[in-house]
Amino acid sequence: MWRYSLRRLAGAIPTLFVVMTVAFFMMRLAPGGPFDRERMLTPEVEANIRKAYDLDEPLVAQYGIYLSKLLRGDLGPSFKYQDYTVVELIGNGFPVSFRIGITAIVLALTVGGAFGTLAALRQNSLIDHAVMAVAMIGITVPNFVMAPLMTLIIGVYLRLLPAGGYGGGNLRNLILPTIALALPQVAYLARLTRASMIEVLRSNYIRTARAKGLPGRLVVGRHALRAALLPVVSYLGPATASIITGSVVIETIFGIPGIGRYFVQGALNRDYTLVMGVVLFYGSLIIVLNLLVDLAYGLLDPKIRYD
Amino acid sequence: MADSAIRRAAGVLAAAVILAGPIDRITPAAAEKVLRIANMGEPETLDPHKTSTTIEANILRNLFEGLMVLDPSGNVALGVAENFSVSEDGLTYTFRLRDNAKWSNGEPVTAADFVYSLRRIEDPRTRSQYAEVLYPIKNAQEVNTGKADLTELGVAAPDARTLEISLKAPTPYFLQLLTHQSALPVNGKEVTRLGGEWLKPGLMVSNGAYMLDDVKPNSHIRIVKNPNYWDAAKVTIDAVVFDPSEDRAAVLKRYRAGEFDVLDDLPNDQLGWLRQNMPKELHIAPYAGVYYYALNTTKPPFSDKRVRVALSMAINREILVEKITTAGELPAYGFVPDGTANYTPRRVPWRTMSQAEREAAAQKLMSEAGYGPNKPLRFQLAYNTSENHKRIAIALAAMWKKVNVSVELVNTEVKVHYSNLRIGNFQMGRAGWIADYNDAQSYLFLSQTSTKQQNYSRFSNPEYDRLMDEASLTGDARNRAALLEQAEGILLEELPVIPIYFYVSKNLVSTKITGWQDNPLNAVYVRNLSLAD
Amino acid sequence: MNILAAPHIAATEEVAGRSLWQDALARLVRNRAAVVSLAVLAVIALLALLAPWISPHPFDDVFWDDIRTAPDFAKAHWFGTDANGRDLFARTLFGGRVSLLVGVAATAVSLLIGVTYGAIAGYFGGRIDSIMMRLVDVLYSLPFLFFVILLMVFFGRHIVLIFVAIGAVEWLTMARIVRGQTLSIKRREFIEAAVAGGVSTAKIIRRHIIPNSIGPVIVYVTLTIPQVILIESFLSFLGLGVQEPYTSWGVLIADGAAEMETAPWMLVFPAIFLATTLFCFNFIGDGLRDALDPKDR
Repeated sequence: MWRYSLRRLAGAIPTLFVVMTVAFFMMRLAPGGPFDRERMLTPEVEANIRKAYDLDEPLVAQYGIYLSKLLRGDLGPSFKYQDYTVVELIGNGFPVSFRIGITAIVLALTVGGAFGTLAALRQNSLIDHAVMAVAMIGITVPNFVMAPLMTLIIGVYLRLLPAGGYGGGNLRNLILPTIALALPQVAYLARLTRASMIEVLRSNYIRTARAKGLPGRLVVGRHALRAALLPVVSYLGPATASIITGSVVIETIFGIPGIGRYFVQGALNRDYTLVMGVVLFYGSLIIVLNLLVDLAYGLLDPKIRYD
Repeated sequence: MADSAIRRAAGVLAAAVILAGPIDRITPAAAEKVLRIANMGEPETLDPHKTSTTIEANILRNLFEGLMVLDPSGNVALGVAENFSVSEDGLTYTFRLRDNAKWSNGEPVTAADFVYSLRRIEDPRTRSQYAEVLYPIKNAQEVNTGKADLTELGVAAPDARTLEISLKAPTPYFLQLLTHQSALPVNGKEVTRLGGEWLKPGLMVSNGAYMLDDVKPNSHIRIVKNPNYWDAAKVTIDAVVFDPSEDRAAVLKRYRAGEFDVLDDLPNDQLGWLRQNMPKELHIAPYAGVYYYALNTTKPPFSDKRVRVALSMAINREILVEKITTAGELPAYGFVPDGTANYTPRRVPWRTMSQAEREAAAQKLMSEAGYGPNKPLRFQLAYNTSENHKRIAIALAAMWKKVNVSVELVNTEVKVHYSNLRIGNFQMGRAGWIADYNDAQSYLFLSQTSTKQQNYSRFSNPEYDRLMDEASLTGDARNRAALLEQAEGILLEELPVIPIYFYVSKNLVSTKITGWQDNPLNAVYVRNLSLAD
Repeated sequence: MNILAAPHIAATEEVAGRSLWQDALARLVRNRAAVVSLAVLAVIALLALLAPWISPHPFDDVFWDDIRTAPDFAKAHWFGTDANGRDLFARTLFGGRVSLLVGVAATAVSLLIGVTYGAIAGYFGGRIDSIMMRLVDVLYSLPFLFFVILLMVFFGRHIVLIFVAIGAVEWLTMARIVRGQTLSIKRREFIEAAVAGGVSTAKIIRRHIIPNSIGPVIVYVTLTIPQVILIESFLSFLGLGVQEPYTSWGVLIADGAAEMETAPWMLVFPAIFLATTLFCFNFIGDGLRDALDPKDR
């Protein structure tokens, strides 16, 4: 298994390389630059600054400079947040996004899995439709409506929880953003669980287990669930990458200092270095998570073996 | 079995993640007075010589203190300077520094610190974005563009407590310039010793009422009372926390939930509600800035003055500020707002006409220029993404429709928008300008030919340039005002830009705060405030 | 598999081929949620289509005396007006046109690219499949949002470009599904049997591969449309949506969310339309998946 993993990771390096190159050139070729703002720079100052950031070099030369710095582990200072390096920004922001993200996934798995299983067991009944309708709130009401609504009701009117802010990681500050982040995933996971559970429940070995006289709970819990988990795991792999890197909407509305906003704000601000940093980070996460998914498959499905 | 084991493991993991993790020290110690300000943005840097927006200024004016400061009403007052004198010809300013002015590390603030700092901002190696605001200093422009050596800058420290600044030309607003964040001093010894690290909390040495305590990017900036500040006895608020969240609606909700004490800006669409429900906390006051549309005068249709004037006339500014923006902005019939120091602003010649008369006159001008119901004027109006800009653009497009004008609205994100303005890739573009100092020149310089990139409309009028150049060399306040007023007169005749309204500052200030005063530059020095329990 | 079974299988194929769709339809009709959703969706689509004729006011007319007013039947502002004094009933319906158009068109783009790509990869297999899927892996490793934003920045904000940008990112999953389907069908036992029984390749493709792979594709298409509409609404929230004076449900909702307390009608009406439409698509998609499940006899 280790050899397989190493081979996979090594093989992923060209992927990262291509990702980096695509992102680099797309960013630099996009209209508008980091120094275009309401208060313009005088031509001399602008020339001076551009020189300092190597922006006056031809694009390919800039690429080479970036690559050589990257190989030394230097992702550069952020263009926008000049007092920090990209590494510092990601280092500060990722633990925050990760915390909320992982909690959201666990929450969504539990709730979504429960909803999906219940709906599958009562397929096509009113319960099935009702449960799925509730589960789907996360993908029918946009999160930039849900989040302010929750904030208004729970934070402002009822004063049950803080209306925003990270509070240094205080548990009370995490509840609303975690729920808001989890809602769409509850929908996807409920649907996935329901669909694969339905399929599994009809399969041969489940019929056999039932015919053997095993109690329903055991049939579902031991056999069906494990098989039904396969597509869930497959979905969660890449989905986890985008969840733990945070959501720009959640972070903006709740004032969470994560890295989710850097993907969007970084691109809109033309913060070249920060964008490259988070793109590389995200790409690496996806690769690692895809590997974990494949390894998990091996655990869940005895027909699959890796050497 | 595997499934329940997996579940249990997940549960433990979740619990561990939730409960573990650092909890930063944000909650105040007992009886500590902490002011929580929503600053509406993350500063780009805390280095006073590299900043460019009010977001940084709001923090820096509390960390550092310059020669001059602003008093609560926005007038220039003494800061580190105990007194000053100006030479007869207005070219030399001599400042005497307080002898009890100290840095946060206990060292005295000396004139050498100011020499170092002024040189630093003009030093091309600092790459300061705001260096030009201090160009009135002798040789500042030459030093900044690399044509002169640092030592040639017109600043000198004859002794530790005396600072001499020589100017290129008499500049009546020079003391105002010294209140700008670019003129703040930094501790030369520490900056040289620490390099870029000097900006970190615990290492930063500052001379203002507060010093840097804790910084987390995009999370918070916390500053605490500087015990070595020369006036520390009068400072009652122990700490200030600046929050960078930008979503105005979300920040307002947090204020209502009791999480903020001051909001630096407000969502326009909530103003009606705020007037009804939080009238005592709502502070709206004139703000030194103008909202305008720049017209690209290099190509048709806006190379034709008649078209420009007609469009400006056809706008009903009163309805716009009453119904669309609703913040109580003042309609702009000129480019320089009322209340600008030493100046009587000009207004457009058609100010006294009624709106109906203006629309009729506008249509006449347009038909003279060759446009009418059979050949409607068409152009693109560009604005950057924002609710406010969008609403104004839609309203104006509707107003212009009444005079047979067909406007295509083009919304781009801020970088693309300003890039287009800069390279001239636009016909009509939304712009705004906040004055750096309370003087007409800070507005009127925008339309000088020499202003290049910031002169979006590419207006180039020799008479205008001549008047502006002469004004910048005139020391007498009245003569200078006359020259500037004449220049504004030309601007309002030609209308390469269409001023729309003058800004207002919108703040929400908790009733627990005393000492708050609205002022035209929206500058808040926390040391002037006190917080009730 | 013994040879005697071969003609038996051939006969079964014929029967199975024809009644597969009829079976599916019958199952779908039994799914109440899906049927109701189809009806509701048809109504909404009709309303959007007939927008210019049903609306009492044009969608971009400014009513200066009725700015931000609640629903007023006397003035025929059934849904109220927005912050610029424009009729919200008209804007909601016209916005529906844009949202539905973007949803369908972007999905169509992703379908076209994805099916072609996935079918080729799955059909040829081997090295070609390897390379093609590598490219998909690379594109998957780009943060989706960032990619869409950049595409929008490059190509401007014309409505056509919005759905090309979204479609250009959504095709990845479609390609993976189609490829996976093609590969897995090739390995199924009944294909083996058919091959062993001497059925021609063309017949295998026509009778087995296509009917069995279209199912998941149809399901995915039905489920992609609401996703795309949601993405468009998110882009509108970021300020990257369709240009004024045109609007979409996403733009209306983003504007309305900011005023949910002071002008709730600005949010409620478009949100109801959006949520209902998305619910319908999702129920239909789930219903189709249940109906087209070949194992369910």
